[in-house]
Amino acid sequence: MSPIPAPPVVLGPLLPSLIVVGTAIVVLLLDLLPPRASKAHLGTVALAGLVGALLATLRTWGSGGRAFHDMIVLDDYALFFHIVICYAAALIVLLSMDYLRRAGAESGEGYGLILFSTAGMMVLASANDLIVVFLAIELMSLSLYVLAGLFKRRREAGEASMKYFLLGVFASAFLLYGIALVYGATGTTNFDRIVVAVGAGPRDRLFLIGLGMLMVGFGFKISSVPFHMWAPDVYQGAPTSVTALIATGSKAAVFAALIRLLVAGLRTIQPDSTALLWALAALTMTVGNVVAIAQSNLKRMLAYSSIAHVGYMLVGLVAGGAPGAGAVLFYLLAYTFTTVGTFGVIALCERAGQEAVEVRDYAGLGRRHPLLALTLGLFLLSLIGIPPLAGFVGKFYLFGSAVRAGYVWLAVIAVLNSAVAAYYYLRVIVYMYMQEPEAASASLAPSFAGGLALAIALIGIVLLGVMPAPFADLAQAAVAPLIR
Amino acid sequence: MALAAFLLIAAVALVSALGLILKRNAVHGALFLVVNLGSIAALYLMLGAEFLAAAQVIIYAGAIMVLFVFAIMVLIPGKEETGPDPRRSYRLLAAPLGALLLFELAVALAARRGAPGAATAPAGSVEAIGRLLFTDFLFPFELTSVLLLAAMVGVLLLARRRA
Repeated sequence: MSPIPAPPVVLGPLLPSLIVVGTAIVVLLLDLLPPRASKAHLGTVALAGLVGALLATLRTWGSGGRAFHDMIVLDDYALFFHIVICYAAALIVLLSMDYLRRAGAESGEGYGLILFSTAGMMVLASANDLIVVFLAIELMSLSLYVLAGLFKRRREAGEASMKYFLLGVFASAFLLYGIALVYGATGTTNFDRIVVAVGAGPRDRLFLIGLGMLMVGFGFKISSVPFHMWAPDVYQGAPTSVTALIATGSKAAVFAALIRLLVAGLRTIQPDSTALLWALAALTMTVGNVVAIAQSNLKRMLAYSSIAHVGYMLVGLVAGGAPGAGAVLFYLLAYTFTTVGTFGVIALCERAGQEAVEVRDYAGLGRRHPLLALTLGLFLLSLIGIPPLAGFVGKFYLFGSAVRAGYVWLAVIAVLNSAVAAYYYLRVIVYMYMQEPEAASASLAPSFAGGLALAIALIGIVLLGVMPAPFADLAQAAVAPLIR
Repeated sequence: MALAAFLLIAAVALVSALGLILKRNAVHGALFLVVNLGSIAALYLMLGAEFLAAAQVIIYAGAIMVLFVFAIMVLIPGKEETGPDPRRSYRLLAAPLGALLLFELAVALAARRGAPGAATAPAGSVEAIGRLLFTDFLFPFELTSVLLLAAMVGVLLLARRRA
């Protein structure tokens, strides 16, 4: 038996993800050491790891690299997503620190799983091979399935975790089958070589079927209609800070893989994929917004709202090219700050010892906690897309790219949808400021870490709204080398 | 010949998969799953993936199925089996079928003795797969270990008694 030659191992392009995985293991080990009664220090360690990964990412900007036979590519595009994901994860750890303690569910394993899931998202953003895409999605999802059921005593938590797990596994099977068919059609799982193989030969039906299956798998993970059924139940049943992670980080990471494969890689089959994406985008926006109107539970409403926002981002994929992809990246940044902030306010409010999740719990919040109400109001206005907040600029870039690419009708549908969405966001604001508080309305559970997270998110959306140009340039610079 | 074998095995796999989801009795379902996993292993073998086929039989059809059947027996109590066996007459078939199997085994062993051992490792062998895992696919291999660690931590978190 001949000796196996050691493959070249270049860990540089993996550094940010490695820091996160390492921190997860450190958190798990620290969990076994005293002090056993308090878990607060574990959250701090997790936060430090995420900040470290963020710093490593910022240092690597502009000087990425490839590793492991081109399976991992750390270009500016991946780094941009690393920043979004690390920010989201750091804010979520901040939010979790007091929120989980109040619920009695703080544990080292919880923080460890948040970090594992984050590492999965980061690897997914830099994955350049379908096998790595699959493993990264599994690492991300598996941790989220467990985190969704963190509050074991609540029945909805079990329902959320179980539903997310069963449907998620079903979607993974589609993804895997798609990967197998694409491999069968092209003889490789590497993105670069798939693009070459597809460009060389005639249109291959096997490949298109495989790609369709991949779209089903991805569509589930970003909860686009018609694969969105899990989202409301999971968002409602999961701990609010975990919901924020599911809504932001996991979607950003899957969008990263989707754009890298579809918009950047497979431009040759664009006529086929664009028609599909057009329909997906229109359906996702409309269903999300229309169903959101009927919700009285704030977390369910935000679940449908996040489905609608995925629809807006799909508009950017339809527009395609560097402008469309860049707009999606900017929107993801804005959406992440806004959504983490909105869920953050919910995590800080409680009503009679329970989470305040009904819209009417927020009646009169403007009078009793003016600062908190103002914060939630600003986040909601950003979700509507009112200038000068981040959401407005994001939508402007997205819909603008669609119009310039000639998809005027899609842009019209998107704008109409934004108008519909204003109704249910404004209803919350109306409750906060114009309704008399009930006997046991939501009150504030003070938390320094949570307040800090909200402050960062708030600064984020104002900054992105007031001076978007540097960030938009950053997003464009990230996609430009990818799409050439 | 290969096509006919493929069609036959694929049909068995499909029918057993359907049986698995259509049968109400959990034990019958588990047995259909065994047949399904076995036929998938046969398909692997036809593709020249010997190692995968062996792993499929040992791990899935063997170890995991035993766990399944145990879980079904423990969790779903069935009716007591009483009265005479309704399929008593089938027992007469046992002796001739067993003899046939023994004959087949003897023929296979006799043929094996004359054949020379495989000189080179085929593409689907343990060695070839191990080589790939530690060179071209080193990163997915290592990523799997992180995935398993996360899964283990998750199970601990969910299964631990105190909340």
